[in-house]
Amino acid sequence: MPTKKVKLEKSDVSNKSQTEGWFYTDTVKDHFFNPRNLFYSNEDAEGYEYDAVGMVGSPACGDMMKIWIKCSEEQDCIKECKWQTFGCASAIASTSIMSEMVTEGDGMKLDDAMSMKPKDINDKLGGLPTRKFHCSVLGDKALRMAINNYYDETNQSDRKIEEKTRIIDKLSKTTDHDIEEAVLEGARTFEEVQKKTKVGIGNPKVQMDVEQLLRFYVEKYFGENAL
Amino acid sequence: MKEIYLDHAATTYVRDEVLGVMNKYFQDEYGNPGSFHTIGLRPKRAMAQARETVRDIINAKRVEEIIFTGSGTESVNLAIKGVVEKLEPHHGPAHIITSTIEHEAVTETLYYLEHERGYSITRVPVNKYGMVNPKDVEDAIQEDTILVTIMYANNEIGTIQPIEEIGKICREKKVLFHTDACQAGGVLDLDVEKLNVDMMTLNGSKIYGPKGIGMLYKKKSVKVTPLIHGGGQEFGYRSGTQNVAFIMGFAEALRLGQSEREKENKRLIKLRTMLEVGILRSIDKTFLNGHPTMRLPNNANITISDIEGEAMMLYLNEFGICTSSGSACTSLTLEPSHVILAMGLPYEVAHGTLRFTLGRKTTKKDIEKIIEVLPGIVETLRKISPVNVNMDKLEIQGEKVYAN
Repeated sequence: MPTKKVKLEKSDVSNKSQTEGWFYTDTVKDHFFNPRNLFYSNEDAEGYEYDAVGMVGSPACGDMMKIWIKCSEEQDCIKECKWQTFGCASAIASTSIMSEMVTEGDGMKLDDAMSMKPKDINDKLGGLPTRKFHCSVLGDKALRMAINNYYDETNQSDRKIEEKTRIIDKLSKTTDHDIEEAVLEGARTFEEVQKKTKVGIGNPKVQMDVEQLLRFYVEKYFGENAL
Repeated sequence: MKEIYLDHAATTYVRDEVLGVMNKYFQDEYGNPGSFHTIGLRPKRAMAQARETVRDIINAKRVEEIIFTGSGTESVNLAIKGVVEKLEPHHGPAHIITSTIEHEAVTETLYYLEHERGYSITRVPVNKYGMVNPKDVEDAIQEDTILVTIMYANNEIGTIQPIEEIGKICREKKVLFHTDACQAGGVLDLDVEKLNVDMMTLNGSKIYGPKGIGMLYKKKSVKVTPLIHGGGQEFGYRSGTQNVAFIMGFAEALRLGQSEREKENKRLIKLRTMLEVGILRSIDKTFLNGHPTMRLPNNANITISDIEGEAMMLYLNEFGICTSSGSACTSLTLEPSHVILAMGLPYEVAHGTLRFTLGRKTTKKDIEKIIEVLPGIVETLRKISPVNVNMDKLEIQGEKVYAN
């Protein structure tokens, strides 16, 4: 790889939007500039013998993640986790640190990996700026997808945890459950739901569906006059 | 490590000559130009001189047509809301025409008028080069259209709009016309008579002048209600003690910029072309945004497919190269830049745009440095990325993407 070694300096991100200042933690920067568990080359990627793969997002919605896992059937845990991410520094760092979290020590138990939340990744990174939190929401989804696929491959389909939900936006794979969660976390407008879930980015025609669900969940939890 | 600043569309440094002119007005000539004693009179005279300088440059008829404000954004607000407040008692909420690629100063002001004040807004589209068709403006004019506001040159892609023609149409149809010329100062012809504009916004921070100073040219016959009431400074249109130092700086920056623009434009076009050719040749799956020729000389906006703009920007930043990106991750909305989308660029690649805006201190060496490091950055990020967009299948508003 001809790329020059990037020297980290104490400079930080600058942004043309002045509304809210933001800084990345050293951990984010470290994982962004020195991502872990990558393939060394295209050949390496093509020849990689994995047990299962999971992929979410699309370039149109701004983030896309693909995760390859190798598991130990005896130990019921993840042994290797390779990944590729299209996205900003937060997205890249999130996937990188997640790949590290699931392979640390003897590897993470599949049950634990299955219940990983974006917040766990965010905490490990030392916290992403609020408006970048959404960049970390796809990694765990891709991981769950890979584990489900692994269960299928290994005759353990009964262990699959399907997100028994309806997909509202195929591009971002946002479900009605995601919108419910967003409402519970305080979202009250389409834009706020979008900030938390990425729904409708690159696929604006889902906005009406989302708004309908938004009204439904707000009424369900907060009463008819909450909007 | 040498810092290479290629974000001059965001803001510029203050030129030495400009700072030299300003310095005197902080401690020596600090008087209030509204005072009647000699300490107030001297800055008052200086300010009058500055106003005349600006009037001559933009070919306004009277000095009262030059209103100094606190920023470009304030000038835009004064132009739009000023007209609205003046006319609303007579007409009620009316109709305003704009384009889909305006700066937030315009878009947000109009959004407010639309959603909170009942105005109807027509946003005329742009073509794949980011250019407004004057005919679309003409067709959009209605009985109750009170104002057309369209920028002179775009801040992201640099496309220069046919202001003269749009202005002519507005004159014929007797509709007021404002242009946001913040990116045009020191670069393009600012003759308000030639441009057929009734109002024009300029600002200091893009023309090697200070930040926190803007100007609105407002033809005498155009009536606006001030945003800020008080002591009646700036002919009653903008109260508040004038910031004489900044006004002096603004006038000097504009004077220098306009007198040197032809020579500087030539120099910038040379460097800009070198940068574009360098990037498009050395990195595959890239293309240029904005108009091929009708574009600000310092602007190069390039889409690099399969990777995301903010990530590239941060890598460049580590090499000391400061740029900006139209990607969603550098905005608050999570949508890619509205300008990039308005040109019809598909979402698949809209996240991968980088904007380089060159300036007076940009050298050939700076450009060489970018061409040297960017291919490696792109290679690194493409290796991490699972995306591989098929450029042959990408279409911009029904046309094939003009890949290099």
